[in-house]
Amino acid sequence: MSRTTLSAHLIQFGVIAILGGAWYWSTATGSVSKLFLPEPAAVWLAFSHLITTGQFWSAVKVTLTTIAQAYAIALLAGIGVGYLVSRSRFLIDVLEPIIAGLFAIPITLFFPMFILFFGIGTGSKIAYGASYAFFPIALNTIAAFANAETHFLRAARSMGASQWDTFRHVLIPSALPVLLNGMRIGFFISFASVLGGETLSSVAGVGRNIALAAELMESARMYAWIAFVVLTAVMLNLLAGGLETRVSRGGDGAWR
Amino acid sequence: MAMTVRLSEGRDGRLLYASRVRWARGIIILAVVVALEIYGRLFADPAFLQPPSEVLRAWFVTVLPDGRITSALGMAAFEIACAYALSVTFGAAIGLAIGSTAFSRLALFPLILLLYAIPQISFIPLFVLMFGLGAASKIAFGFTHGVLPVIVAVVGGMKNVPALYVRGARSMGLSKLAIIRHVIFPNIAPSFFVGLRLAMTMTLLGVILAELYVSTAGIGFFTRMFADNYNPAPLFALIGSLAAIALLFNGCVRILERQLSRMHSGAPAG
Repeated sequence: MSRTTLSAHLIQFGVIAILGGAWYWSTATGSVSKLFLPEPAAVWLAFSHLITTGQFWSAVKVTLTTIAQAYAIALLAGIGVGYLVSRSRFLIDVLEPIIAGLFAIPITLFFPMFILFFGIGTGSKIAYGASYAFFPIALNTIAAFANAETHFLRAARSMGASQWDTFRHVLIPSALPVLLNGMRIGFFISFASVLGGETLSSVAGVGRNIALAAELMESARMYAWIAFVVLTAVMLNLLAGGLETRVSRGGDGAWR
Repeated sequence: MAMTVRLSEGRDGRLLYASRVRWARGIIILAVVVALEIYGRLFADPAFLQPPSEVLRAWFVTVLPDGRITSALGMAAFEIACAYALSVTFGAAIGLAIGSTAFSRLALFPLILLLYAIPQISFIPLFVLMFGLGAASKIAFGFTHGVLPVIVAVVGGMKNVPALYVRGARSMGLSKLAIIRHVIFPNIAPSFFVGLRLAMTMTLLGVILAELYVSTAGIGFFTRMFADNYNPAPLFALIGSLAAIALLFNGCVRILERQLSRMHSGAPAG
């Protein structure tokens, strides 16, 4: 590690330490109401108490299953529709602006309709998360397959590659980086929208527990839940970043 | 397909192709509306789905004459405008500060990206606790959503500003503002415009999430009321009005972008 990156990391830790110190100091002196900001110790206590309860794990399980189902539907539909549209220039020109135009409207607006159609159980969250994540996945899939270099495709065909070989060795490697980008965006959108749906209106799950703790004015427990969500999101992000660089490096290798 | 490609060569062919694309798009949208109308009239349970014509009627009969709903819609538009203005102003300022040197980028940008990765919806109860049920909490939530993409776009663009240009401009005695206007802005413009568009998307998301979360006042109250009473026609009409507001704001951003890029291309080079 060079000296510049070392001091950059020092500054990052410094900022986080100052924020933590400000949190501790402002609650210790009582300048902030405990309702808004409980002491770090109280949040830690609530957190360590929370993870020993069965209620915590069942809420996490509900949320994770909902996210998985929503993401699976969005992947299948998004990649399927995106690939089929990308096969013809005409279809791309006709449909891509419609999909992009719909995505410009925040899908969150339609959340009350999902509640109306699917009830306040997990069904509405699955449908909401899936339809939100569908758009970036479909749009990126179209972009990924439509922008494959035509002269590579023509070269593969003229060298006698079969349709499957062309798909496997030319189309997929060239589409992979953009495709993965769409899959990553789609995952985090389904993650956030399932959490959001649970917070807005539901009966179970992590988001519901955050809203519930807020309604009951149990701020230490609410902060404990929020801390859990933040840590999960940060770890998933690091994981996705690592995965993406590894896979797209592999994709690059296939070119050479 | 090969035929159409050959046809679309030349100016007339291109125009013909463009008009075919537009026709096909119009027919698809019309087909969806007609299908919804037929399905809504003949098969759907009226407690869950209403045909588009009924939704349009509900818009004129229920949404438009009700002063409480129109003022809630107006309030939402006001909140979006405020949150967006704050996002762009603070986002550009913070972005310029962080992006100004390679070291501050290295040290502070990861913290911004870390913030960006957090699903902010989990903080919504805090915003309501702190700012109350009124416009302030929605503006604040829209702002925290909108400011991050602007910062990311500005810092991302600043990476591409050649340090030599900035040093040259400074040594020729340009003021800070003039450097931003004539050296930095033309270089970060493409990235900045993407940020402006994304910021609008995120601001809309933040304001609408907060509006829906607060179910005792504003838009959230009415959506909750219509949904709980199984009255989908006015619910769809209300959602449609909000969607129109969202599209209007997106359109404004696009116009702003066009104005700015004209200014950018009009700027003297060097």
